[in-house]
Amino acid sequence: MPFIPHTQEDIAEMLASIGAKTIEELFDEIPKDLISGELTGVPPGLSEMEITRLMMERAGQDGLYQNFIGAGAYEHHIPAAVWQITTRGEFYSSYTPYQAEASQGTLQLLYEYQTMMASLTGMDVSNASMYDGATALAEAALMAVRSHKTSRRILIPQTVHPIYRQVVRAIVSNQKIEVVELPFCTDCGQILPESLANSVHEEFAALVIPQPNFFGVLEQVDALTDWAHSKNAFAIGVVNPTALALLTPPGEWGSKGADIAVGEGQPLGIPLSSGGPYFGFMACKNELVRQMPGRIIGRTTDLDNKEGFVLTLQAREQHIRRSKATSNICTNQGLMVTAATIYMSLVGPEGLRRIAAQSHANTLELVEQLEKINGVKRAFSGPIFHEAALTLPAPVAKVLSQLKQKGILGGLDLQAYYPELGNTLLACVTETKTAADLQNYAETLKQALS
Amino acid sequence: MLIFEHSRPGRRNYSQSPATPAGKSKIPQNLLRKSPVLLPEVSEMDTVRHYTRLSQKNFSIDTEFYPLGSCTMKYNPRACNSLAMLPQYLSRHPLAPEDTGQGFLACMYELQETLKAVTGMAGVSLTPMAGAQGELIGVMMIRAYHESRGDFARTEIIVPDAAHGTNPATAVMCGFKVVEIATDKEGNVDLDALKAAVGPQTAGLMLTNPSTLGVFEKNVAEMSRVVHQVGGLLYYDGANLNAVLGKVKPGDMGFDVIHINLHKTFSTPHGGGGPGSAPVGVAERLLPFMPVPIVAKEGDTYRWVTEKEKPQSIGRLSAHMGNAGVLLRAYIYIRLLGMHGMHRISEFATLNANYLMAELSKAGFEIAYPTRRASHEFIVTMKDIKDKTGVTAMNLAKRLLDKGYHAPTTYFPMLVPECLLIEPAETESKETLDAFVKSMKEILQEIELQPDMVKGAPHTMPVRKLDDVKAARELDLAWKPSA
Repeated sequence: MPFIPHTQEDIAEMLASIGAKTIEELFDEIPKDLISGELTGVPPGLSEMEITRLMMERAGQDGLYQNFIGAGAYEHHIPAAVWQITTRGEFYSSYTPYQAEASQGTLQLLYEYQTMMASLTGMDVSNASMYDGATALAEAALMAVRSHKTSRRILIPQTVHPIYRQVVRAIVSNQKIEVVELPFCTDCGQILPESLANSVHEEFAALVIPQPNFFGVLEQVDALTDWAHSKNAFAIGVVNPTALALLTPPGEWGSKGADIAVGEGQPLGIPLSSGGPYFGFMACKNELVRQMPGRIIGRTTDLDNKEGFVLTLQAREQHIRRSKATSNICTNQGLMVTAATIYMSLVGPEGLRRIAAQSHANTLELVEQLEKINGVKRAFSGPIFHEAALTLPAPVAKVLSQLKQKGILGGLDLQAYYPELGNTLLACVTETKTAADLQNYAETLKQALS
Repeated sequence: MLIFEHSRPGRRNYSQSPATPAGKSKIPQNLLRKSPVLLPEVSEMDTVRHYTRLSQKNFSIDTEFYPLGSCTMKYNPRACNSLAMLPQYLSRHPLAPEDTGQGFLACMYELQETLKAVTGMAGVSLTPMAGAQGELIGVMMIRAYHESRGDFARTEIIVPDAAHGTNPATAVMCGFKVVEIATDKEGNVDLDALKAAVGPQTAGLMLTNPSTLGVFEKNVAEMSRVVHQVGGLLYYDGANLNAVLGKVKPGDMGFDVIHINLHKTFSTPHGGGGPGSAPVGVAERLLPFMPVPIVAKEGDTYRWVTEKEKPQSIGRLSAHMGNAGVLLRAYIYIRLLGMHGMHRISEFATLNANYLMAELSKAGFEIAYPTRRASHEFIVTMKDIKDKTGVTAMNLAKRLLDKGYHAPTTYFPMLVPECLLIEPAETESKETLDAFVKSMKEILQEIELQPDMVKGAPHTMPVRKLDDVKAARELDLAWKPSA
């Protein structure tokens, strides 16, 4: 019996203690007509050897590619120690740290994580993580509306990840919050701060500012943040954590800094793995901490005045406040944050800066090589970080399919998300690619287009 | 000691980032970061030691018995982890073409189909990233269903008082008003209270069965009739599915929407508080509203079903497709169990719970619902002990830590005073349960002879009782370097 240790003797002794004749008898309070018979549609059990073979066959079927797709999930080198430590049973198989004295490992790690993320984003405080970047943005929107009090409107530029916009809409519409999308400049690929005054006339609770935006383009964050504040609204930054090693953090945008910073934590040591599990991060100014959803860890002392860590501000949470909680969120993405914290410790400030700088330089290099190909040019003129939108002289889907034959996943076809952009490809390069990889990509693309 | 306190300026791990600083940059000066990033500068070995030592300050299933009620802390098979971490699965980009992920998608499709079979639902979507998100998605579908029929009058969700806090919090997040109904003295939902609460304003009822009181809701069929009769829908919180897996299908009990906590019943790791995963299942009439994406099979090919084919879908609730790696672990687990493994889980979880309940009762502990069978969990109340000695359920919980056991769930459900919700899970052996009972008896004696010692527990943990009030009053949420 897989994962059940009972011997026949154990079963007999246990039933005798209970005073039951059979295990079946223990289910006698369930109405008979509800008991289902033999399960159908479930295959028979496999041994570990058999499932290993099956999973390896299926993995082999999927293969390994040179990946140049970014669009919210980024391939970075992950130091071996990250997942070896993260999957230690004491992290992997522990529960939410409700029993603080028996969970000091997880709690201290989360406090260290909060410290790292607060610094990276330039904010005062960070929570212990959310499900993913998209839901973190939705929660930030809810948080802004709760704090703003008079407006239930959120402005989201169309340069924000299209799926994030869908997720925000799905979640906040339940609470009658209006999402207004703002157009972008199709030449530079940015939101133009000077155009906002003309297109927005009504009061709003928050403006979402992506950095870099979905096209990889850097936004004019200072002007956007100041504009939101001048309208008595909050500024919410959606940022890439790797990029923050190089870029001004949200806490320092404009004259007062953004109020809330969120984003996808995956680039910090989490494998791509078909989209999850990742983690969302969320940090904010001190004034907003009581409106922040999710777990928050605080440092305190024990009876002997020794330092220790606990879940704090729990009065915001569902297990205490029930229907009056700031969110229904119960967990964070604990294990992912464990990996991210170990990752950030291993690479350190200089390592993260080099990873970001190399990703940026590699992207510039690829763009330079691709722009030499007839008909290929950057779709937007704005400055970029590690991703570029490129206009091709042929349908992107066809080109990508040819690259795939050569083992290259060349990027994302923007057709489905921005049909108005025509044949536009979004390609990303990180530090994982060598000069030879870039050359190979450029040559293969050239062939595909000839 | 914090990782930052191991830091020395200029210390680096040269293997873990590009060797030479990149030359080319076209980032405008005004966008460049000027302030330093407060990450530690520590060696790889010091990092490994620091986090290994931190891990050793945790209790975990791999190291201790963890009878945490309503959390289903069962063994997490190692094969599920190692096979989900094969390089092809880890390196696959979520937006990679479907034909480069047929192996992965086959696993997802089979997981969907198996979950349908064991729950008796017509459709399953794998996207929810935690139990609470499964609830949110489920209640959003209830809302979408009513609104699609032009019925906008349904503004209330009914929740029993024993429910998890996420149930009312979710209903509010979906814009509903919460109506709480009472529990009778046998631990069942008060049917008369339910009948009085329902009406044309009822959108649905959220129910956990077996309930968080550790008993099977005997009147579930009648409850289903009452709610359906007024046009409401029934939501099944799958938190306790482990207790009836392979025995009773939520679909057969009349539920229209369910979520299944894979991190409980299907043994994916709790990871110190996530990532979870909670697929939602729906009855026929809710199929059009399911969140996307969903995996479809055509011939031998697997593909994603998106909003284009499901115009009434409530939409997307995660950036990609939910916690794929967790779903893979659950898939591997169900393949290891197979069809007979499913009902064995509920049988042995129930055997362990009833045995432990019987033994603790014999040892002198008061069982909250002594006339009922335990499902996979049961409640001990410390009310009498507290009245006599001043020792609380929390004190006993902390003393258990000293004895090498994780504490049961305390003070939940809130309607039983001084309660301990105990769930042993099927993977524990009789010896472990016996040893636990022995320790509980020892604590009973200690309560009699040295109550103050018990009140001061724990004594052997890395820290003693921590000051929660100070933590909330003098907020210290991030380390700051001393000037």
